[in-house]
Amino acid sequence: MEETTTIQVQAVTKSFGKKVVLKDINFDIKEGRIYGFIGPSGAGKTTLVKMMVGMDIPDKGSIYLLGEKMPNLNILQQIGYMAQSDALYTALTGKENLMFFASLFKLDKSEKQKRIAYAAELVNLTADLNKRVAAYSGGMKRRLSLAIALIQNPQILILDEPTVGIDPELRLSIWNELVRLKNEEGKTIIVTTHIMDEAEKCDYIAMVRDGSLIATGTPRQLKDQYAVNSLDEVFLGAGRQAQ
Amino acid sequence: MRIVALVKRILLQIFRDKRTLALLFVAPLLVLTLMNLVFNGNTVSPVLGVTNGDPQIIKKLNDEDIIVLDYDKVSNINETIVDNNLDGFLQVEDDKTTLILLNDDPTIAKSLEMKVKQIYSKETQLKLMESIGMQSQLLSQDSMETSYIYGSSETELFDTFSPILVGFFVFFFVFLISGIGLLSERTTGTLERLMATPIKRGEIVTGYLIGYGLLALIQTVIIVLYAIHVLDMVLVGSIWNVILINIIVALVALSLGILLSSFASSEFQMVQFIPLIIVPQVFFSGIFSIEGMADWLQVFAKLMPLYYAADALKGVMYQGLGLSDISSNLYILLAFAIVFIVLNLFALKKYRKL
Repeated sequence: MEETTTIQVQAVTKSFGKKVVLKDINFDIKEGRIYGFIGPSGAGKTTLVKMMVGMDIPDKGSIYLLGEKMPNLNILQQIGYMAQSDALYTALTGKENLMFFASLFKLDKSEKQKRIAYAAELVNLTADLNKRVAAYSGGMKRRLSLAIALIQNPQILILDEPTVGIDPELRLSIWNELVRLKNEEGKTIIVTTHIMDEAEKCDYIAMVRDGSLIATGTPRQLKDQYAVNSLDEVFLGAGRQAQ
Repeated sequence: MRIVALVKRILLQIFRDKRTLALLFVAPLLVLTLMNLVFNGNTVSPVLGVTNGDPQIIKKLNDEDIIVLDYDKVSNINETIVDNNLDGFLQVEDDKTTLILLNDDPTIAKSLEMKVKQIYSKETQLKLMESIGMQSQLLSQDSMETSYIYGSSETELFDTFSPILVGFFVFFFVFLISGIGLLSERTTGTLERLMATPIKRGEIVTGYLIGYGLLALIQTVIIVLYAIHVLDMVLVGSIWNVILINIIVALVALSLGILLSSFASSEFQMVQFIPLIIVPQVFFSGIFSIEGMADWLQVFAKLMPLYYAADALKGVMYQGLGLSDISSNLYILLAFAIVFIVLNLFALKKYRKL
């Protein structure tokens, strides 16, 4: 089966002031897979993700999404983005938040209603949809952010630490749904995390440290390569090698 | 369509926030009312102590609303003034007349001095003329008539700068609320989140201008109607022109508020712009005489949007000018707004290059 490349990152370098955040990053992301970017805070995961969405541009190199060079406004219709911090309008209800973001994408009225109902159901927020976000708990806000990322039924999902502050049961159901979206709808999903447990569920892992990819491959490949039993050990081993 | 969604969302947010709503609609009225009461307060009659006063003169002083207290003998005049809360003391000794003023409030002291001097010089003139045998009939009437181009003898200081205040409050409250509105969008990260949707920068700026513009429009109409009908401010020209000027003022304040919010990283920093941006505008808005300022300072005044707004408002409300007389002011204000709006588009580049 011919695999299409959804995202291409080519020789990307980015620095803020004198600090180099990402150095010469190269990789391709294939359609219909879950990719995990793993690394400690400050490794450059968020910067990389933001450049994919087009919120930032690389100093050197380029990023292509669905064959188009980023940043590109039309491609944004195909990206569901969930930021690391919950960017929600707290004075509005959950439903109004979903409604507002739905209006920013090209969706007709009935589709909008359907997508809002679906996204709310998925993150288990249907009962709380008419409450103001100010009254939401941390986990509920996180779930609403995820629902917003899914609102326009995007082909690509870019989720920056999606499961922080979410209880284990819901985390499991969210991961199950991500897997279903990948399998049944062929969506490409990119997740950043520092939880190695979640990394195990990814099809493909890129370990980021100090702005470089220190190891890439499937969880199985990585463990074999370093001859260890857990991704934690892979991460430590790869880190030592990089130094 | 995206603009409509944005406008809807902004209005919904504002209407949920009762405090902000009150600040927008009630606070300006409250402050204007207070200003009105403060400036239209009755002037207090000055109290003057007198020794050896000519009864003729005391009567004239009384006619001029001066409360005259007669003292027989005073050993220490300064102490008497301070102890008895007098504003001044008139001491007549033989040919020599001395006026001692408390001068804790220069306005009272000056007007008291002027009145006393006037009465005195008139009286001496009269006596002089009587002594040479002229009819005093001629002098009992005012020898000079005064007429006014703007206003009347009833005009008070507040009448001339109340138009400026109306413009100022529209400017100030719109600036503050629109600036903080976009700022909270920055600080909560929702602006960044918006940039991950296909919305264009121009659509964000337009949405904000329309959303807050509608609020500013309602606020402007309320302030103008309240100022004219309830506070009875002087309005010689057309009320439509007043509303038009204020809407343009609101547009300038709106675009400036959103623009400056991109240089603030918190609400506190936004408030710091008030002494930097708002207060100087008050100095150059015409409440203080601009002609009397140094030349370079006058040039500086011309960089202030409120200078043009105040000029136009005073022109219409106090001097009764028509639209054509103030059009150049309006064009300059519109130019300010356009410049700020374009700068806004560039300021948003910080969030997304496209």
